[in-house]
This record gives sequence, C-alpha cells and structure tokens, in this order.
Amino acid sequence: MNTTQNIPAKHLDELPNARFDLGLLIRRPEVGAFIGLAFVFGFFAFFGNANFVLPIGAASYLNVAANLGIVALPVGLLMIAGELDISIGAMIPAGAMTVAIVSGHYGAPIVVGIGASLLLGFVIGLINGILTIRTGVPSLIVTLGTLFAVQGLVLGVSVALTGSTSVPLSAPDWIKTVFGSYVANSFQVTIFWWLAFVVMCFFVLHMSRYGNWIFAMGGDRESARNVGIPTERLTVALFATSSMSASFVGMCQTILYSSAQVSGGMSYIFNSIVTVVVGGVLLTGGFGSVVGIFFGTLTFAVVSQGIYFTQFDANWASLIIGVLLLLAVLTNNTFRKMALSYSPKKGRTS
Amino acid sequence: MSTPLIELKNVTKSFGVMDVLHGITLKVNKGEVLCLLGDNGAGKSTLIKTLSGVYKPTSGSFSIDGERVSFASPREAQDKGIATVYQFGGTFPLMSIGRCFFIGNEPTKSFGPFRVYDRKRANQIAVKAVQDFGITRIDDGDRLVGGMSGGERQSLAIARAVYFGARVLILDEPTAALGVKQASHVLRIVLEAKKRGLAVIFITHQVTHAMAVGDQFAVLIRGGLAANFSKGEKTREEITDLMAGGQTLANLDIDLEE
Ligand SMILES: Nc1ncnc2c1ncn2[C@@H]1O[C@H](COP(=O)(O)OP(=O)(O)OP(=O)(O)O)[C@@H](O)[C@H]1O
Ligand SMILES: [Mg+2]
Repeated sequence: MNTTQNIPAKHLDELPNARFDLGLLIRRPEVGAFIGLAFVFGFFAFFGNANFVLPIGAASYLNVAANLGIVALPVGLLMIAGELDISIGAMIPAGAMTVAIVSGHYGAPIVVGIGASLLLGFVIGLINGILTIRTGVPSLIVTLGTLFAVQGLVLGVSVALTGSTSVPLSAPDWIKTVFGSYVANSFQVTIFWWLAFVVMCFFVLHMSRYGNWIFAMGGDRESARNVGIPTERLTVALFATSSMSASFVGMCQTILYSSAQVSGGMSYIFNSIVTVVVGGVLLTGGFGSVVGIFFGTLTFAVVSQGIYFTQFDANWASLIIGVLLLLAVLTNNTFRKMALSYSPKKGRTS
Repeated sequence: MSTPLIELKNVTKSFGVMDVLHGITLKVNKGEVLCLLGDNGAGKSTLIKTLSGVYKPTSGSFSIDGERVSFASPREAQDKGIATVYQFGGTFPLMSIGRCFFIGNEPTKSFGPFRVYDRKRANQIAVKAVQDFGITRIDDGDRLVGGMSGGERQSLAIARAVYFGARVLILDEPTAALGVKQASHVLRIVLEAKKRGLAVIFITHQVTHAMAVGDQFAVLIRGGLAANFSKGEKTREEITDLMAGGQTLANLDIDLEE
C-alpha cells in the first residue's frame, strides 16, 4: 500500500540533493517579485535614457522606494498575519503635522516633536489593534474608520491651533542629517532607515519565533490561538508598528522639506498594498516574505520613476503598474500552487 | 481497576437556554481508544471542546488521574497533556512541516546576541517524529503542509501531539474527508498512539472505522449518552442502529494490517 516503504534507505539518502534546490526555490514567495523587478528594470534600462542606470536614476527610485518601503514592510507583516491597515494614509500626514505643530508652531525642542509624532502613531496603532481584536470587525473596516477619523482630526486640530493647513518647521542640522537630508546630493537618508528596517523585519519574520507566530496567525487564527500563541498581543503590536512607521515617514518628510501639509499620504494606501502583493504576500494572509516585499517595493518605485526616463507619457506608469500587479498575482499564485504540490517524484506514487 | 486517565461525571453544557450536553458520564483509561459515535448535531464536537478547554462545562466534574480539573483555555488543557486534533489537523497549509510541527514551541539557537529559530533541528525532529509513526514518505521538513495528503496531515498533527507529551489524544472526525487507504493510515496511527500508552478519544460517523480501533464505545443522541459499551458487546448492526440515521457503511472493508 505504501510503495515508498520499499525504497531502500540508501536510496532515500541519495535523493535530496538532486531536488533540494528546486524545491527551496519554488517555495520562496519572492521568486515572482524578483522576476518582476528584473523585468521592469530591464524594460526601463532599455527604453529609458542613460541616466536611469546612473546614480541619479537610482536616487529617484530609491527615494520613492524608501518612503514607501518603510510603510510597506509593516503593512506586509500585517497582511501575512491576516490583517489590513489602510489608516497609514492618514497617519503619514498626521505624523508630519504633529512634529511641525509641536516643534515648528509651538517651538518645542525637536526631540519632543519627534516623540509626539511617534507616540501619536503608537496610540492610533493601539486603537486599530484593540478595536480589531475586541470587535471582530474586519481590520479593513476598522482602519477605514480610523483613516477618516485621523484625517479629520489632523485637519481640524491643525486649523484650530495654527490657522493653517501647512506648517513650517526648521529642524537643527544634526536632526536633518539623521532624518531628513540628502546623501551625495540626491539620496534621501531615509533609504538607510528603510534598509535597516528591512533587516529588522527580516529578522523578526524569518529568524525569530515571532515570525512563525505571524505566519500561523495569518494561516489559521483559531488554531494559532489554540496552540498558545498570543495572537491578540501580536496583532496589536503589528498595528502599532505600522502606524508608527507611517508617522515616522511623515515626520522625516517634514524635516526634509521643512514643512508639513495636512493632505497627501492617501496614495500610500494603494501603493503599499500593491507593493506587498507584487512582493508575493498572500492578500488573505499566511504567506509572504520580507525579501519579496523589498523586491515589490523596488519594482513599484522603478515603474513609477522609470517612466520619467523614457519618451513615454508619464500617465502610462499607472497602466504598467496595473498590468504588473495582475501579472504578479498570477505568477505568485502559480508559484504557490507549485510550492504546495511540489514534492519529490517518489511522493506521488501513493 | 486503576483510576481512569480521564473521567467525566454528569457533565452538562448549555449555550444559553439550549442544553447541548446533559449528564455525560464517561471514562477512558491509559492505552485505550474510546470511540464517540453519534449523528450530526448530537454534541460530539461540543463534548470534546469541553474536554480540550475551549468550553467550560456548565455543570458536572472532569478529572484527570482522579484529580478534578478545570481549564481556562485550550493551552491549559494542553499543558495537562490533552491534545486535540481537528479535522484538518489544525495545521497551516502554507507553512513548512518543520515550522508547523513546532508552532508555539519553536526550537531556537543563538545567533550572536539573538535567539533565532533553528530550522534545521526543527525539520529533523519533525521528520523523524512523523516517520516514527510509519509515514516514511515524509523526508523533507521544508515541504509545505498544504502539499501533504489529508492522512499525512493528520499523522503530522498526531505525531506532533505525541512528541509534545500528550497523554490524551482527541481526534474529531480524523477520517471524515479521507479515502479508504488514507483513513486506514490514520487508523493505524491511532493504534500506534494507543500502543504508546495514550488514551485516545476518537470521533467518527463511520462504524467500520470505530470498530477497527475502538476498545470502548459511547453513543451520543441529542446530547445524552445513549449507550456505553466495550468492544465485542454489540454487533455492527446494533451500533449502526444506535446511531440514529446511521449510514450504510456496513460493507465497507478497510485493510488494517497491524
Ligand atoms: N457555540 C454554540 N452555541 C450554540 N449552540 C451550539 C454551539 N456549538 C454547538 N451548538 C449546537 O450544539 C449541537 C451539537 O453540536 P456539535 O457540533 O457538538 O455536534 P456534533 O455531534 O459534533 O455534530 P457533527 O457530527 O455534525 O460534527 C448542535 O445543535 C449545535 O447547533
Ligand atoms: Mg462535530
């Protein structure tokens, strides 16, 4: 009945090497994202002018990637855990305005402004997380609520306190160097924050036990709870991280541009979801990788900036992103199916 | 006779005004398989959820080794050695066998100042545990659980429970979605667990499966214990009749080679 039991043990030992590489490769959620990135990079390197492959070109898409990437990473982790956070669209301007109002308008020390901005992110994240676990309402709806609530709050408070929707801030030089400046004239310092955050998220998701818990939660929340994983605390922590990341990005932008606006940030909602999905994360949770999110972010940034290096009208960029998203989802689905059904030939016999 | 490993006395469970279980008195000994039979909605799942800490009994007592217990959470029940395997093994299709096996109890190793998940060791132990249960086909701990057959998944979940020191194994319809061959696989594993001295509570709709592994049988009808008897005390026909609406499984033969 079980043919494999008849295979001599020696034979079993010989098999793994021959199939190991393929098996491991197919199971990686980032394979599709990497192919996508190679494709769009090749496309713009070919159709774009020489600048695209020079540092100036790299700076243009890395700057976009860094700002988007810092938000996309926690959004991706949340998606893997089975949750969505769209309130980041309001948290970016909220973080931006908070530091500008506290340190710009009221002249408090910059560290107080930065602290207030991150604290606001933390609190909104807590609210998102607690509402999600307590009410059982899907997090898409919960964060849709906080998205509008925070947006209204920021607008109302800004106008009430400063009488304006745009507040200037001049940060001290050292703060600018750390949070909002250009390295080698064109690379935003946030690129380094982003890379550090990538490493941190990689560690958490793929090397620590918390990563295992995040996957388990996204795979089957009920079972995860039953094996003793603190799903509620983890959910709240993930929401807090995503909100704080969004306010961090807003805060860095305020410091870089020396002013904050109440608007802007909404585009990050869709962009981060596109990025994460292109990066191979399963929209319904339980599957994905940090490297995939990293490639997805770069892919998005290359498409949105690469278009300016070509003769094409910039309006075509959205078309490319749309097609790319669909292709990525199809590719990722295919790979996931292959990963699921992939097993050494001998496993097929019974 | 020694104290039963698990003993229920007069257990009742109500959801609001609805009595789902009433007056259930049952015991299971070490190295024994209790088959819990009953039609859809009879309360089988509710009974095992009460045993595994998901629900608290409304009244009645529940003892392990003669000692009264009360669980606030499934985790507490697990700590007492009660492992529950649900129909799909409570496993995570898109996770690797190794990660799934150790979920919530990940082995770690040091990595500089950090503790990191020890994938190699997890895979090794998981593969060995599954193979020890006779599923030698599984030899790669990186394979995704979703790629395993239903029977293999059940086996993984059972092997996992046993590895983590379960003393009581509760299986809710582990063979329901399986073909004859796969089901016999699972039944063989149930016998292996029994041989290792676990008490097994096995829920099924299939009388044949029950008769293949059961030492004790309990039939639930509308939340009450309609019959409780030992192996050989009743014929297949009598058991089938007891289970209201028992299906025509009488002729299903499974090959169980022990
Ligand atoms: N949480 C609950 N709240 C209210 N009623 C419930 C709850 N859980 C189960 N019930 C009811 O209790 C009864 C028994 O359900 P249970 O799931 O235990 O049956 P079962 O014997 O496992 O059936 P099946 O063979 O279909 O799995 C059903 O009528 C069900 O509707
Ligand atoms: Mg049931």
